[in-house]
Amino acid sequence: MFRVTRKTIDLQELVAFVTDPAAGAIVTFIGTTRDNNEGRKVIALDYEAYPEMAEKELARLGEEAKKRWNIERMAIVHRIGPVQITEPSVIIAVSAAHRADAFEACRFAIEEIKKSVPIWKKELFKGGELWIGTQSGQPLTRS
Amino acid sequence: MKVKIKFFAILRERAGAGEITKEIREGCTVGELWQALKQEYPKLAPVEMRLLYAVNKNYVGADHVLKERDEVVFVPPVSGG
Repeated sequence: MFRVTRKTIDLQELVAFVTDPAAGAIVTFIGTTRDNNEGRKVIALDYEAYPEMAEKELARLGEEAKKRWNIERMAIVHRIGPVQITEPSVIIAVSAAHRADAFEACRFAIEEIKKSVPIWKKELFKGGELWIGTQSGQPLTRS
Repeated sequence: MKVKIKFFAILRERAGAGEITKEIREGCTVGELWQALKQEYPKLAPVEMRLLYAVNKNYVGADHVLKERDEVVFVPPVSGG
């Protein structure tokens, strides 16, 4: 299960998806929206994706993780659109025979998402908004 | 020949469009297309961030040669998670 969605992500759905008789461990990661970033008071995050390619890249990450670690199943769901403070923006679930593989594959997946999957977050903060990762110029302030 | 270009995130806002079609010459590379777009959309010109190029949903290098009806995306630094 590798997808982007505009709806609230359901942790239980991902856990059910990776549940496997051969697994002795399920590791989950939940990325949540926090209310501050680099001194700014964050109001919400607004995510945008190139959805078809994002899902393809997420699936590619899953394949790569399967090559590197002895895991059974993986699920990654990333939210797009506005995400409020405390809400999950991404959930990853990994099952494996043994916990070490599940932990490492889960860590790998979140780190790779931040490098290669075409998803962007705009931070809406008190006083303006900013596309994260593009801070080479001035923040774009609301006119 | 024509290619489809999709803009996302900061580039969509700067271009003022999510999707355009553009006539290009035979043998045009994705890097050359970006240079041409910066002429056509002056607001894209100050974008100095490191861009990646995607053609038909695969990452490619700047010297990738475009074909008729390719879907081209200029990928600003990603920030998912």
